[in-house]
Amino acid sequence: MSVVVVGAGPAGVRAVERLVNGGQRPAWIDEAPDGGGRVFQKPPPGFARRGAALYGEDAGRAHSLHAALEALKPRTDWRPGTLVWNLRPGPRLLDLQGDAGHSTLAYDQLILCTGAMDRVVPIPGWTQPGVTSLGAAQIALKTQGLAMGRRVALCGTGPLLLLLAWQLTKAGAAPALVLDSTPWATTLRAAPGLARNPLMALRGLGWLARLTVRTGAVPLRIEPGCTGLVWRDGRGEHRTEVDAVALGWGLKPETQLADLAGVPFAFDPLQRLWLPERDAAGRTAVPGVFLAGDGASVGGSVMAELGGARAALVVLGDTGAEAARLDRAIAREARFRTALERAYPYPHALAAAMPDDTLLCRCEAITAADLRASVAPDINRGKALTRVGMGRCQGRLCGPPAAEVLAAALGCDIAEVGRLRGQMPVKPVPMA
Amino acid sequence: MTVVRLLDQDRPMLHFTLDGGPAEARQGDTVLTALLTLGTTVRTSEFGDGPRAGFCWMGACQDCFLLVDGVAARACGTLVAAGMSVVRR
Repeated sequence: MSVVVVGAGPAGVRAVERLVNGGQRPAWIDEAPDGGGRVFQKPPPGFARRGAALYGEDAGRAHSLHAALEALKPRTDWRPGTLVWNLRPGPRLLDLQGDAGHSTLAYDQLILCTGAMDRVVPIPGWTQPGVTSLGAAQIALKTQGLAMGRRVALCGTGPLLLLLAWQLTKAGAAPALVLDSTPWATTLRAAPGLARNPLMALRGLGWLARLTVRTGAVPLRIEPGCTGLVWRDGRGEHRTEVDAVALGWGLKPETQLADLAGVPFAFDPLQRLWLPERDAAGRTAVPGVFLAGDGASVGGSVMAELGGARAALVVLGDTGAEAARLDRAIAREARFRTALERAYPYPHALAAAMPDDTLLCRCEAITAADLRASVAPDINRGKALTRVGMGRCQGRLCGPPAAEVLAAALGCDIAEVGRLRGQMPVKPVPMA
Repeated sequence: MTVVRLLDQDRPMLHFTLDGGPAEARQGDTVLTALLTLGTTVRTSEFGDGPRAGFCWMGACQDCFLLVDGVAARACGTLVAAGMSVVRR
């Protein structure tokens, strides 16, 4: 049996760990030069910070994951720095590109642990230098020791917004402005669900106690040259001088390979996203294809470790006590995750109402007005007519907000406009 | 924009070329870090909306592509090496 695991973040590491313990020697692919995923990404060689200086209260979990990663590399066919740019479900083949060029890899069983990226709401001015995702600002701090500016505004909602604001503050680069789009009352209504995970809830309250966060506040536009941010809260419009802006309204899974595999997708009304369908153990309708971690549905790094381990047990045919224990833990984490989604919803009305001149699709420089004027009956027709989502990122950034814009223009439910289909190559690859 | 070297910056200097001219970075810098700390950008939008400097820093948005030693690469996922040639578009 040829087993392949794509991704070496929390889900991938724990999947491979179970596979190796079960006597397998899987092929293990990661696009990054080393494992850890984005959450436990290590700085390149030469940086001095370690442990809590990088991973804060999760330093123990980061250490454990890195130790497992190192122990597993020699016991697998470890292929770092390798991109899976295509998946052919018929012959069960992956097309890879690494340092040595292009190659193919066959699989019988495949566990996709492809991770997540920031989910955004495009606003006028967001394509300028100085404007990044929240995840980018965190990666810059963690792996390069950088602050994005001297007067940084953080805008979005959810745990990453608060965590990054706290991390920057601790590093001596407190943000100039923190805008949380979610009204405090909305977050408060979800408090009982959040309290199911007291450790995480207290951690969040700890950040909040030491930060100034404006709630129910959204960015409206970034001025030319990224010198000012115009924003709005319940009291009206304001302008704050900035030299950098980071945007992020939660995360969205990287589902391109699951899509190419033929895994069916379903619309999740809570997240307002199309997600690949899988059961709690990671099984999909496609034989031999399993999903785990944030690449299936954003659940955070604890859920990812559980999901990776659980999917590997299915591959091994292990239905013992550990599977039952993992199932219980996954169900518990899922309830907490539902509460988090309710506490920090994607501000879909803000996306739907974006100004006409907003560069909705940054790859192809297509405005919201272009998509509205297309009156396309669904988002794939909208793509064909306007090139929204047809650029190098394949709609990773503009897909969800474009669906909001189109659905609002058509006056229909967002689920009715569908989702952008995945295409190979899932990322640009040099062919020469 | 002024990206600030905040923490962990005591690393050896490296020399590379940017659009044919001499440029400096620190060991462990990505090409994106090097360009932004030099106060410059990554590329010019082919659609006339001005300069771009990446967005996601995780290889997803494809907005920081340029040529490294003649091959298309993402600035955010490429570490600067001594003598490397970086050419912007």
